Amino acid sequence: MRHFSVELEELNQTLLEMAGLVEASIHHSVRALVEQNRDLAQQVIRDEPLINSLEMEIDGIVTRLLALRQPVARDLRFLTAALKINTDLERIGDLANHIAERALSLMHHPLVKPMTDIPKMASLVQSMLLKCLDAFVRGDADLARSVLLSDDEVDALRDAVYAELVATMQRDPGIVPAAVDLIFVARNLERIGDHATNIAEDVVFLVKGIDVRHHAEHFEKTESGDLAK
Amino acid sequence: MSKVPAPKKLSTENLDFYYGAFQALHGITLDFQENLITALIGPSGCGKSTFIRTLNRMHETVKGTRLTGQILLDGKDILKEDVNAVRLKVGMVFQKSNPFPKTIFENVAYGLRVNGFQGGKAAIQEVVEKSLVKAALWEEVKDKLHQSAFGLSGGQQQRLCIARALAVEPEVLLLDEPCSALDPIATAKIEDLLFALKSETTIVIVTHNMQQAARVSDFTGFFLLGMMIEFNTTNTIFQNPTKKETEDYVTGRFG
Repeated sequence: MRHFSVELEELNQTLLEMAGLVEASIHHSVRALVEQNRDLAQQVIRDEPLINSLEMEIDGIVTRLLALRQPVARDLRFLTAALKINTDLERIGDLANHIAERALSLMHHPLVKPMTDIPKMASLVQSMLLKCLDAFVRGDADLARSVLLSDDEVDALRDAVYAELVATMQRDPGIVPAAVDLIFVARNLERIGDHATNIAEDVVFLVKGIDVRHHAEHFEKTESGDLAK
Repeated sequence: MSKVPAPKKLSTENLDFYYGAFQALHGITLDFQENLITALIGPSGCGKSTFIRTLNRMHETVKGTRLTGQILLDGKDILKEDVNAVRLKVGMVFQKSNPFPKTIFENVAYGLRVNGFQGGKAAIQEVVEKSLVKAALWEEVKDKLHQSAFGLSGGQQQRLCIARALAVEPEVLLLDEPCSALDPIATAKIEDLLFALKSETTIVIVTHNMQQAARVSDFTGFFLLGMMIEFNTTNTIFQNPTKKETEDYVTGRFG
């Protein structure tokens, strides 16, 4: 096996290690919230520095490989995608951490009502993240594209949560502190969905070499010098 | 990339070198760590080839040259030892592959024979095969060992020269622009070979291809006008060199 392939595989493994930690953090933060589980919330907060140090490690590996290996074609796309996925994963880790903090704060307030939309949002963004990581591992552009479709659903759920919480606050100002926490949770979950979408777009670029961000597909590939279709 | 410094295998101390009145090297002091690959880079005429040639005393074949300073192999000054013994321990591969006008087999066996190898025919056969395997050439030549080496492609000839150098089991392998005449695929084969050889050999490679230095080496020395401007981990040289001259050279701003 080529020496460079071994190095790329090491990078791949480090990214997957980070993805695994981030996935677990979301899962734990949402469970901490729904089940009012203090231990799980604290575990998320404890794991955050690990995610941060992996982010720095991955940036270091990519910078080194860019400087020393003159990557081209898929190797180059893999390295630039790795840099961006790294940033998105780290942000997701931060957001999971924020949710864990809100979960701890909510333990001091009575729940507004049994949560329905927030767990629904949570399971949707978790499945988005799982799918885009799975797509990354398997190099499956179709699976990655399927993630892009879920983002609107997450946004709609967030709007529903906002509307419901605003209405509840207007009826009963006593629940404002708890409702504010939940608004932030919904906001954080929606942001996780955005980062998962970014990762999915990077996976499509990695696999197909096509930029699907900002509906860029419509512009076709003429700018890179390829023949227009 | 090893984090703990490896023991130094070969080093030079304050090495000056002259072609007649012209001073080609100025006080080069440099350590080559064991089982690592060190690349020497720099523009044409910077002294990197002159320097690598002193490391197994090839400079002595050029008349009118003078060298001062020390070259230490495992702490012993090679300038004071028997030159043939030095070259057995410190092998050299050149820019232009130079197989002998003999068969593939004889090219590799030759070094053994002239050095009074004691083993019989079977033992020689074994060493030839082992060396060709190490040089990643065996599969391509095993059915034509007794054909002329000149029938091989340029890349194969270069790997044959590496096999020839490896046959006497050198402790240090010097390569002076070994890939400059080769296409990218042959170059990649030689580079992969260097990674494989590293576990048993200390390797020094002169290259005017900076990307090659970046790909293969653990340490890099940058030479300019007969001086060693910077010696550092390859990582540092290509990501964050300390000297402006190095930065200008590796970024292609001069040289």
